[in-house]
Amino acid sequence: MDVVRAHALTRKYGDFFAVNGIDFAITQGECFGFLGPNGAGKTTTMKMISCFLPPSSGDLHVFDMSVCEKPGEIKARLGVMPQEDNLDPDLNVIENLIVYARYFGIGKREAMLRAGELLKFIELSERNHTPIKDLSGGMKRRLMLVRALMNNPEIIMLDEPTTGLDPASRRSVWDRMNELKFNNTTLLLTTHYIEEAERLCDRVAIMDRGRIVAVDTPRTLMITHGGNLEDVYLKLTGRTLEG
Amino acid sequence: MKASRVISVLRRHLTVYTKLYLSSIALNFAEPVLYLAAFGIGLGAFVQQIDGMPYLNFIAPGIIASSATFGAVYECTYGTYVRMFFQKTFDAILATPVSLYELVAAELIWGALKSAFYGSIIMLVLALFGLLPSALILFAVPVLFLSGLLFASLAMIVAAIVPGIESFNYFYTLFMTPLFLFSGIFFPLTGLPPFVENIALLSPLHHLVTACRALAYGQTGGVFTDVLWITAALVLVIPWPFRLLRKKLIK
Repeated sequence: MDVVRAHALTRKYGDFFAVNGIDFAITQGECFGFLGPNGAGKTTTMKMISCFLPPSSGDLHVFDMSVCEKPGEIKARLGVMPQEDNLDPDLNVIENLIVYARYFGIGKREAMLRAGELLKFIELSERNHTPIKDLSGGMKRRLMLVRALMNNPEIIMLDEPTTGLDPASRRSVWDRMNELKFNNTTLLLTTHYIEEAERLCDRVAIMDRGRIVAVDTPRTLMITHGGNLEDVYLKLTGRTLEG
Repeated sequence: MKASRVISVLRRHLTVYTKLYLSSIALNFAEPVLYLAAFGIGLGAFVQQIDGMPYLNFIAPGIIASSATFGAVYECTYGTYVRMFFQKTFDAILATPVSLYELVAAELIWGALKSAFYGSIIMLVLALFGLLPSALILFAVPVLFLSGLLFASLAMIVAAIVPGIESFNYFYTLFMTPLFLFSGIFFPLTGLPPFVENIALLSPLHHLVTACRALAYGQTGGVFTDVLWITAALVLVIPWPFRLLRKKLIK
């Protein structure tokens, strides 16, 4: 079953096409990655799926609902981990989770239970009352991940989940994501790390300048085009991922 | 628009407020006392009576109105701006089922609640000084909420259009300060040249001050007109924060 379907999806900023007529479908339970350098249109695509930006044209359905018509219903079933730190700096760790859950209509008792479990899952149990500013970059990222899990989402959207993290923190976030995959949650991520895409993604959409140039399993892409995903990217777009 | 979602955002603000700012509530008591000391006792020694009342009594209701108004305006300029751009709190909230309109509504209501709350605190202080002869002043609390919505809307319009946080200086210097000085808080507008008086009569703060002063003295005659004026201005202004923020955040 497809949980996300896009057809001729386009997003313009003025005259600039950030996303230019893309088609894709994401199946329930898979880990789907958008791979490409900065400015390829990955984040814009994610923002449209999470009902933050309305598409300029084309169709986008999430759980068989149009993002233009039912944003509230869709967002209730998504977990969004954005690229930038937007934890609430006026609140401590546990308050961040409780207040966030309240936006979903989840009461305090249920939120406390869930927050307790999730903080254990990311090994932050001892830090319930720590102010956000005292957390390390890796801890903040893990906290944003569990914040996105507070509403038991059916799709988890991760925008550059490990950018800027040290190798140990990166591995720790990957471990959590792998556990989520085992639970049959649909994962949707953007990345410009080859290793991240190869390790985690069941399928990868290679994006370049607002278009999807190829979609397949990392393995098939590598066999078809030769070399690793970096080489595949270079071959398909004539550019490197850093560019 | 779902009330429960608006309330969830209001509860976030309340959680933050009780945690970080409630301890500073004593400052809210200090401010009106400073005004009373400077203008009432200091200046009041030279000004004997205005409209048949001691100067201190004349300015007291205006202090309620202006403190309440500044409470709403600070909240929905600096407060909103910081949440929107520096802390990215808006981005986080908009990833949940809360919509942009629900979020803006919560910001405006929070500003209005602050207006009513600050006004009430000052009312209490002034009542303790015996400066509010009539209990009808309690009816000013809902009026402060209403005017709070109006000023919160004006403030959020500014927050939506400024290019940066330092631009709020223009709004405060060119709009709020003249409003504060020429809304009949410190002297009756009748003393001004007629064309200045006519402009000053348009000030929404003037209508709030007049309503508070009437209620403080147990008169209800003109209050209805002032409240009607504030309501009409509110109806005119309130769609704009919604429209402008939508444009600003969603492009």
